Amino acid sequence: MGKVKKLGAKTRYNIITYTVVVLAYIVMQLLSTGDMLTSSIEGMLVPICVYIVMAVSLNLTVGVLGELSLGHAGFMSVGAFSGVTVAVILENAVASEPLRLAIAMVAGAVFAAIAGFLIGIPVLRLNGDYLAIVTLAFGEIIKSIFNNLYVGLDSNGLHFSLLSDNTNLAEGGELIIGGPMGIGGIDRISTFTAGFVLIIITLIIVLNMMNSRTGRAVMAIRDNRIAAESIGIQVTKYKMIAFVTSAALAGASGALFAMNYSTIAANKFDFNTSILVLVFVVLGGLGNVLGSVIAAAALTVLPEALRGFDDYRMLTYAIVLILVMLATNSSTVRGFIDRLRFKKTGKES
Amino acid sequence: MSKQREPVKLVPVPNPNIIPERDADKSPILECRHLGIDFSGLTAVNDFNMAIGRTEIAGLIGPNGAGKTTVFNLLTKVYQPTRGTILLDGYETSKMTTAQINRLGIARTFQNIRLFNNLTVEDNVKLGLHNYINYGTLSGVLRLPKYWKAERIAHERALELLSIFDMENLADIKAGALPYGAQRRLEIVRALATNPSLLLLDEPAAGMNPSETAELMDNIVKIRDLFKIAILLIEHDMNLVMGICEGICVLNFGEVIAKGTPDEIKNNPAVIEAYLGKGK
Repeated sequence: MGKVKKLGAKTRYNIITYTVVVLAYIVMQLLSTGDMLTSSIEGMLVPICVYIVMAVSLNLTVGVLGELSLGHAGFMSVGAFSGVTVAVILENAVASEPLRLAIAMVAGAVFAAIAGFLIGIPVLRLNGDYLAIVTLAFGEIIKSIFNNLYVGLDSNGLHFSLLSDNTNLAEGGELIIGGPMGIGGIDRISTFTAGFVLIIITLIIVLNMMNSRTGRAVMAIRDNRIAAESIGIQVTKYKMIAFVTSAALAGASGALFAMNYSTIAANKFDFNTSILVLVFVVLGGLGNVLGSVIAAAALTVLPEALRGFDDYRMLTYAIVLILVMLATNSSTVRGFIDRLRFKKTGKES
Repeated sequence: MSKQREPVKLVPVPNPNIIPERDADKSPILECRHLGIDFSGLTAVNDFNMAIGRTEIAGLIGPNGAGKTTVFNLLTKVYQPTRGTILLDGYETSKMTTAQINRLGIARTFQNIRLFNNLTVEDNVKLGLHNYINYGTLSGVLRLPKYWKAERIAHERALELLSIFDMENLADIKAGALPYGAQRRLEIVRALATNPSLLLLDEPAAGMNPSETAELMDNIVKIRDLFKIAILLIEHDMNLVMGICEGICVLNFGEVIAKGTPDEIKNNPAVIEAYLGKGK
């Protein structure tokens, strides 16, 4: 009996996670085709997917690696701007919209991964609070760069300039990134299905990694760095793998996010966005992937659901947030949930 | 593993340390020469010389603050020594990191237990096997056949190692939830999983009652016989030290004040003065 159940413990958690996501997708898709969703909820389907991916990927850094990162939105913006740029370049070359979106997301992931690697070199030498502050600074730096970056495309190829528009495009050229104006006239090719696929890919990457040699090493570093070194684990290497993977997934979601709107500006990806995603992660539970998924979805919908409170909407949102945090942190509620779990499975020690 | 720098191999010099007869014709597994470290002016360990035979159980004793754990930290490169050389199996280890030292053959436990508390007992042991599990991050994410094969082997090996201490049935429990004694044993199993040639035990019997200590003594000898490795241990329990150690080194204020067999140490006036006390 032991062996079958043993394999079950981790696998069961993963199966539940996938099932929840797939069921939610099917339900929303049915409601959407049946025209039973309000237009505001309909418009939030892609952002929900984006925030779920953001939360799960940040959970890899904060929950699994155990390092507080406050600049996650920075990687999202790298993905958004590079993804859209690639999509614009390929506009004529690749006719199929889903394929173009996929290529844009991959490009966003690659550029965000490069950014994550470069930032990781200095940042991962630090620990705890210092690392948090430096990631915060990097998030702001990335925002400032995109606020002052001009990228244009004409028959001669790509043109870059910083601070002011010196791209001097030839006739028929197109300014893709316009500094503080960001990107305008984006082809809105993001779809709910694309978001769902990205979530599934993210879950496969994160969950499989957590249950592999790499993930074990990362969690070992979180639990006890000195012990991890003493058994021959290269700490910097595994920190970097977790950090870069996290950045790449944020980049892919950034590309998806940008192409859900017709315009996007760097200010959209500021400190507040990083904190918002961090709230999802903390609320869902550090290292708990399913928790991140649920918290991200619920808290993205919540402001919309509170529309009835009119002017007091954001105040109510804050109060709900505080109450939920208190509740999930109290031992009484936790004990209650554990008891439910105990009854269900009929075991546990 | 392949990226590791090729260490310089030095020829061992004859030295006056006591090494059990069965190891006498082989080069020592560990040799320290004039090892020392200063912490901003304060000399914590000075002129530490020691050699350990291939299958020797050696003891490092001394009063609190004598620098015993500092010696362990020097051997495992948690601290870089200010002076002196450490030869592990004849290889010069300066410039190596803690992780490289482990791969070269030193594994250790800690005075204050350092387990991966949020991971299961089995995962803790599998982490010890980390460098012997052969697949990369990508194979792990894509679940290639390599992953399943290597994980299955690791699982079996982990249970086999846990069976040394009859802990197979605890494999699924979180390490942090184990009782104290089991945590100490798990730390030893995890260290053994890294396939060391020298095992450093930092106060393995701390907090144990006499019967647990007696069991631990048997187990330490059993591990030595089973794995054919050398063991160096720090311990305050004199029954344990005198019972199983073949060579003992006594530290006081960072200096070696005596070296010898248990009988020699017991009757050494300097050791009695500094550590053992006259009552014994």
